[in-house]
Amino acid sequence: MAAKLKGWKEIPEAGTIVEPGNARNYKTGGWRSDRPVWNKETCIHCFFCWIWCPDMAVQVDQANKKMTGINLEYCKGCGVCAEVCPKKCFTMKNEKELTNE
Amino acid sequence: MSTIQKNKLSLTGNQAAAEAMRQIDPDVVAAYPITPQTEIVMAFSQFHADGKVNTEMIRVESEHSAMSACIGSASAGARTMTATSSQGLALMHEMVFIAASLRLPIVMPVVNRALSGPINIHCDHSDTMAERDSGWIQIFAENPQEVYDHMFLAMKLAEHPDVQLPVMVNQDGFITSHGVEIVDVLEDKAVKDFVGEYKPKTPLLDLKHPVTMGALDLYDYYFEHKRQQAEAVKRAFGLFDKVAGDVSKLTGRKYPMVETYQFDDADYVIVTMSSAAGTTKFVIDSLRAQGTKVGLLKIRLFRPFPYKIISGLLKGKKGVAVLDRSASFGAFSPVYTEIMNSCYYLDARPNIYPVVFGLGGRDLTPKLIESVYTGLIGNKFKTDQIEYLGVRE
Amino acid sequence: MAFLLKDLLGKDKILTSGHRLCPGCGAPMAVKMVTMATDNPLIITSATGCLEVSTTIYPFTAWDTPWVHSAFENAGATISGLQTAFLAWKKKGKIDKEVKFLAFGGDGGTYDIGLQALSGALERGHDFVYVCYDNQGYMNTGAQRSASTPMGASTTTEPAGKKSIGKRIQRKDLTMIAAAHHNAYAAQSSISHWQDLMSKAKKAFEYEGPAFINVLSPCVRFWRVPSSKTVEIAKLAVETNFWPLFEIENMKLTLNFKPKERKPIIDWIKAQGRYKHLLQAGNEPVIDEIQKEVDAYFDYLVRLSSI
Repeated sequence: MAAKLKGWKEIPEAGTIVEPGNARNYKTGGWRSDRPVWNKETCIHCFFCWIWCPDMAVQVDQANKKMTGINLEYCKGCGVCAEVCPKKCFTMKNEKELTNE
Repeated sequence: MSTIQKNKLSLTGNQAAAEAMRQIDPDVVAAYPITPQTEIVMAFSQFHADGKVNTEMIRVESEHSAMSACIGSASAGARTMTATSSQGLALMHEMVFIAASLRLPIVMPVVNRALSGPINIHCDHSDTMAERDSGWIQIFAENPQEVYDHMFLAMKLAEHPDVQLPVMVNQDGFITSHGVEIVDVLEDKAVKDFVGEYKPKTPLLDLKHPVTMGALDLYDYYFEHKRQQAEAVKRAFGLFDKVAGDVSKLTGRKYPMVETYQFDDADYVIVTMSSAAGTTKFVIDSLRAQGTKVGLLKIRLFRPFPYKIISGLLKGKKGVAVLDRSASFGAFSPVYTEIMNSCYYLDARPNIYPVVFGLGGRDLTPKLIESVYTGLIGNKFKTDQIEYLGVRE
Repeated sequence: MAFLLKDLLGKDKILTSGHRLCPGCGAPMAVKMVTMATDNPLIITSATGCLEVSTTIYPFTAWDTPWVHSAFENAGATISGLQTAFLAWKKKGKIDKEVKFLAFGGDGGTYDIGLQALSGALERGHDFVYVCYDNQGYMNTGAQRSASTPMGASTTTEPAGKKSIGKRIQRKDLTMIAAAHHNAYAAQSSISHWQDLMSKAKKAFEYEGPAFINVLSPCVRFWRVPSSKTVEIAKLAVETNFWPLFEIENMKLTLNFKPKERKPIIDWIKAQGRYKHLLQAGNEPVIDEIQKEVDAYFDYLVRLSSI
């Protein structure tokens, strides 16, 4: 999946990156060995997982002020969300086992 | 030809640099004092204190921070200048390379002074020569007039959209920096019109187009960015004569990459830079009066280096002495090395002799220069042996 | 006015997903909390370090705001240049927005190699915020000792061994050094206390002049704790008084948190693999010494706060 590398005449000078936030195109979800599985029912939408997620991978509905899930494209599986959740809404499950299930 | 009003002022090289900075009126100056550059910063600070410039000044706590602040300022999109010497330039070293690689058109007068140790405050070129691979354009001035003129040349060349590179305007510490000469100074407006408004390509202050500068650049792209940098320096080389020509239109003075004096029919020539060229011209005049065909080749533009022009000029000469004001221990000095590089492919290659002179401000007397010409004529030098001019045995 | 998390939703846009910091890293938490504390546009510089390298691996950038890095020891000088360029543009009418200037450095880039540039910038009084994300070592290059590494912690350049307890002396009190620049707002906070950190960041952005915030940002990798424990371990640092939360403004110190009953330092030590050698028999005096120092330091802050 490696993108074709560009020649020196094709890229902006000085190593300047002109597309802000394009790291969003780099999916870190592949790093994950354990996945946080969220229990919607017990969630009180306190947003502790959201404020502490180091990968900005907690998805929210801004208008309705609701937590809506984990963005698995970026979640690295650190487990911080599970630790900080006051209602223990997350279960960390091994990715391999989840695939087997 | 020129209709521009000029004033004649008595200025030292440092004052000439400061006067040019006042007229350029950059957005930001971040500087730290060091002998013998101090007077540039002091004079400019006074202009600032008297409201004669719109510049914002940053009185940094070191030269490393001076260049770092300049990098911050220039990357934000401001026209930025600083000035330094010797240890200051050495302390900046890391940032000097980064300024060039980030393609920031900072202009910096460098008042050349010997590097420690032992500590010395007087002129030689060891400071600037240590930066010759940094990616900066390096211009050398013979006298205060050239210092003054080179400043606009530098600003214009640095900011040219096809260049976007920093420039060092070198002058000899104390010899030029503290020597008073009559300098033709342009009207403020002429300078302002000449340098124009700086239009940075991707300034950080352009909030609508947020860019990331100075990213971690590994084996996939670092080389490509270095290749671009090489091309930019090449373009600077291609544009130098045009920009210098534009300065000439204002001043009536010419600024070729290399200058010659009594050269065409000369059998024996000295190649050198900066104030040494002035003394050499004086010696040439007296030797010529005695019928000796001697001449001078003075290098103004050291980076990028004008190889072809130089080889074309040196072709067929009987003997060439290259006078370097810096030493490269265990190797030949920088100017000599480049002259050798220039001449390698010549069919009629002159004998080229390495001469090191003037370290730590050791005076280059007319007598010493005369001894070089006499040595050339008498075939007394060896091509593979450095002649240390004026050192006691 | 306190921040409410529900009102902050959608503001976590300055540092984006797709950065390559380790799972559970404290640094992006600090960045997120600090950058959400202002509504003004931000121009950011980072010193060389984990945060810098992992967020800008060319051709990718995780910064959705103007950002520049040039070197390790110069974030203070770089932010000075950036902010001064802004003043020059403002004077010329080339920009009308009120931009805020923010610098990030790790403890290596701030306590050690960048201290001079930071001090210069604070002294000169530029209007900027400098945030040190303090993970107590050169973690980017493999956990070498810094001036922030606490006594007793094992690092790769001052490791524990038969004749070594790890670092022999206490860490440098950088926050108080910053506070010694009396024109500056200086504060100490922790990623575990988001309200505290965000309030201080807000104050720092609004402060007319230089501001410095030292933020404890655990490195789970080299503190040898599970990646999920970032917040918990940082919280423990505060609850043991190892990392007091305080701020100094106009030469007045405020202690922002006084535990009703401070937890013993052994709790903090036991929780981290970098201290595990201290648990061996014979090292009790070292732990006692660390405890004494922690208590003495907190007492010092209490006395300063009550003056």
